[in-house]
Order: sequence, then C-alpha cells, then structure tokens
Amino acid sequence: MTSSLIEARGLTRSFGSVQAVRGLDLDVAEGELVAFLGPNGAGKSTSLRMLTTLLAPTSGSATVAGCDIATDPAGVRRRIGYVGQGNGAGHTQRVADELVSQGRAYGLRRRQARDRAAELMSALELDTLAGRKVQTLSGGQRRRLDVALGLVHRPGLLFLDEPSTGLDPQSRANLWEHVLRLRAEHGMTVFLTTHYLDEADTMAERVMVMDHGRVIADDTADRLKSKHVGERIVVRAATRDGAARLAAAVATEASDVAVEGTTLTARVEDGPATLPALLRAVPDVAVETAEVRRATLDDVFLALTGRSLRDTGAAEPTTETETETETEGA
Amino acid sequence: MSVRTFATDTSIVLERELRPVTRDPFSVVFSMIQPLIFLGLFTPLLAGVTGASTGASLQAFVPGILVMSCLVGTSMTGSNLQMEMKSGSHERLLVSPLGRPAQLVGRALKEIVPVLVQALIIVAVTLPFGFRVAPGGLLVGLVLLAVTAVGLGSLSYSLALAVREQEWAFWGVQQTLLFPLLLLAGVLLPLDSGPGWMRVAASVNPLHYLVDAERALFSGDVASTTVAAGLVAAVATAVLGVWVGTRAMAKAS
Repeated sequence: MTSSLIEARGLTRSFGSVQAVRGLDLDVAEGELVAFLGPNGAGKSTSLRMLTTLLAPTSGSATVAGCDIATDPAGVRRRIGYVGQGNGAGHTQRVADELVSQGRAYGLRRRQARDRAAELMSALELDTLAGRKVQTLSGGQRRRLDVALGLVHRPGLLFLDEPSTGLDPQSRANLWEHVLRLRAEHGMTVFLTTHYLDEADTMAERVMVMDHGRVIADDTADRLKSKHVGERIVVRAATRDGAARLAAAVATEASDVAVEGTTLTARVEDGPATLPALLRAVPDVAVETAEVRRATLDDVFLALTGRSLRDTGAAEPTTETETETETEGA
Repeated sequence: MSVRTFATDTSIVLERELRPVTRDPFSVVFSMIQPLIFLGLFTPLLAGVTGASTGASLQAFVPGILVMSCLVGTSMTGSNLQMEMKSGSHERLLVSPLGRPAQLVGRALKEIVPVLVQALIIVAVTLPFGFRVAPGGLLVGLVLLAVTAVGLGSLSYSLALAVREQEWAFWGVQQTLLFPLLLLAGVLLPLDSGPGWMRVAASVNPLHYLVDAERALFSGDVASTTVAAGLVAAVATAVLGVWVGTRAMAKAS
C-alpha cells in the first residue's frame, strides 16, 4: 500500500488582495521526489510554507505526514525536515554546535545529539568545519549544513525550498549528489520547489508546474513534454519545393506541420525513427540540415502559459549570471 | 504543552543563545562600551558640579550606570533576532518542535548573563575609585537587574518581530525610547530638581523605581519600601515583556 504523505485539499492563501495560492489540491505518496516548478511569485514557497506550518492557510486543509497542519502543527513539525530558502544556521554559531542544538530540539539526548551531529557532518563533508563559525562558510558549505540540519531527526519527508538557488554549478551538483544519496539510503520522500528548469527535469520524478497560484500541470517531466509539446523534427531543404515535398511525405505521421521558407517543422511521436524514414522516403530532395528537437520543460511552460520561464526571470543558471562564487575550503 | 517540555525547550534555546557568548566572551564587553564611557566622562563632571568627592559621586552614579548598561544591552538584543530572521535560522527554529513561548523565553533569559557580567565589571572597575557596596545589597540588586533584563530583552525581541517588514524601524524606535527612559529614570541626574511634569512621567517609568532601589540596596538598605517598589517594577517589566513577547512569537511566521 502506498500511503499519502501529503494530502492537500483546496488550500488557498491571500496576502491582502493578492491571492498567492488559489486552491491547491495535492497528493504525494511515500517515496516520491516531487518538484514544484514555476516562476518567482507563482506561489511555490507560499504553498510550501503552508504545508510546513509556517503560514496558516486562508482556506482549505492539508494533512502532512499523517498530521493535520491546522490542528496538529506540532505533530507535523516533529515528522518533517525543512530546508528553507535562507540559511538555517545562525551566523555566529559554530557548525557542530548548531547541529547539536538542532538534535536537542528534536528530542535527542545530549549524547545522541553529538553522535548524530558527527554522523551528519561526515555524510555531508562538513567534518573539517565542525569548529568553524557559520559566517565563515562558503555558500555551498552553508547549504550542506542546512541540509544536515533538516535531516537531524531522520525525517521521512523532506521539504526543500529552492535548495540550490545562488550556488555555482559545481556546488549545485555536489548538493544534489548528497541529497539523492541520502534519499536512496533512507527512502525519504522529497518535496522541493525550484525555478531551475534543468533541476526539475533531471532530479524530480514528478513535476508540478505552478503559475499564478495554481498547479497547471502535474506529471513526469517526460510525459509533460510528450503531452504538451512532443518531439519535433526540423529539416532545412535546399529549395522551397523540396521543403513542400518533405511536408507532404511526413504529413500522415505528424501533427502541426509547418513550412517556413525552406524549413520544415513537424511534431512527431518518435523523432529519431521518423526523421531517417522521411529522408529515405524522398531521396531526391536535397537536404541541408536535419535535426530532432526534444522538448524542454520550458517548452512545456510556454505551451501551457504562452510565456517562457526564461522571460519571467527564472531559468537555468549559468556561470556568468551567478553572483556567488564559491571557494570550497578544506 | 506540558511544563516539562516548556522547561526543556527553554533550556535548549537558552543553551544555544549562550554558546556564542561563552565561545566569544569578549562580545559581552563590546556592548558595555557606552556605559563605561558615561562612567569615565560623566562622573568627574558630576563631582565638579556637586562639589562631592569622586567616591560620593560614584555612590549615586554607579547604580544608575548598571541600569543603563542593562537597558542599552537588552534593548539592542532584538537586532540579533532580526539577523536570524534575515538569514533563515529563525524560520528553521519555527519549523522545529521547540515551543514558540520557549523560543522567546529562552532568548530573553540569555540576557541575564551579559547584564550580570557587565554589572560585576562596572562594580569591580569603580571599587578602586572609592565606590562602596554592601555585599547583600549587591546580590539583591543583581537579582532585580536580571529580572528586568528578561522583560526588556523580551520587549526588544517583540519590537524586532513587530517591525519585520520594516527592519530600519527597529533602531528608530530603540533610539527614540532609550534616552527618555534613561533621563526619566534619574540615571544621569536626580529628578528631584526637575519640573513637576517630569516627575509625573518618571513615576510611570519602571526603571526609575529600579534605579532608586539599586541606590538603596548598594548602601545596605535592603528591607525598605524603595526596594519593594523596585522589585515590583522589575517583576512588572518581566511579566509585561514576556507576555507581549510570547504573543508576538506565537504569531511569527
């Protein structure tokens, strides 16, 4: 039996006249790795803050890890791990101290808390930093500490709010390596928000696309792509006539066939198989270039909303756009 | 929430708050620079104006300076919470099972430590210059300071929570309140020579009763109505502060 770890019905949240979340229905089963994907201001964090008891919903209800967020917030808090958008460790605290405090906060005895802190520091490559003040850590080190703090009590359900925002590509990869390994080891359910397309694409097993306070799509990244965008083949012929003949040849297997100048674009089921078959079907047409275009989650977002996630200010980070460069210590 | 959980949670928060202080004891001294400057630069002026000896001036001034040091330090402590709200560690603790009231009370109790350390330093520094204090009176005086510190610290945290959308307002309010409270407590100059309205304003300032009580205590006058009034003022400050603070913390998100 797969039991629902998160079950939300009609959750809404308004700030004054602004409706940040407009009716969220959500079921997450044990063991899933789910990502909320959407632009800044889509309502991802507000939803997460309601599910983690930080924010009371305006209406609706939710059960998280078996406890009602409204009537038993303490029960929710004991059972979930939470890594917020900011840094969870106090700047003037030392790494090991903060982990021990966190363990004590979750009911561990002093001795157990110290053992658990040591265990987590070694699991997240923080052991050499035990005595360091948090404010002296690099961005990536702080984020690993945040994850360690979230895992102190071995929660079955971990919430990550934009876990890799502001990290350089290496630190992001390193953080994910740790999260995925720990998840595999402990069978954790992971629920995260992200505005990075590639992160949702490669890490999440299920993507919920959020826009204007609503979930507008919910499936695996692959199914979202094939359902809303599909694969396209793009062939540039030498002549307009050639492009027209290619279009006629592919018409039976494709939808959305378009010819622009000498370029044919067609949406097909199976691009890698259709493309060579098409070229063989009309061997006398001179072809200059031919490619299969796989859909990205951005194409999905574009198809669903008419806007590109990149235009909304959220996209894959590149080294140039990152403000924080990391100097990994030790 | 059971009493035991509250006590345990409070001790966990307190321990966490105290760690940076014990790991870095010098930080306690930094926040007392202001009172020490007043002590060094105002005492000679006071002696010059009144014609009294340095020892006699200190006798009147040191109790006030202890209250000043208590007020300055505790009123700033909300900025620590502001830092934690900004960084995300406050949020992390809000999602933890630690009770909200314990998160406020543990923080407020921590204020006792720097206040007591600072008070002892000030007393130790002034003894060679002729300041005299009755040991029993000093002990009770420190207890009153500690109780007041919990209340003032709680109010400072409440302020930080209340202005979380406009962080700059914290220092505006803190600075606006600091000197009126000090002057109307009779810390720098006695209020007896002030106009009537000032004495009325001072009569609703708990710190005024605290300063008077400290003066009486240090001169060995433990069982007096002045001390009783100081005790009431200290406890009232603590109760009000913790009440306001726990309500603010319960609503924090």
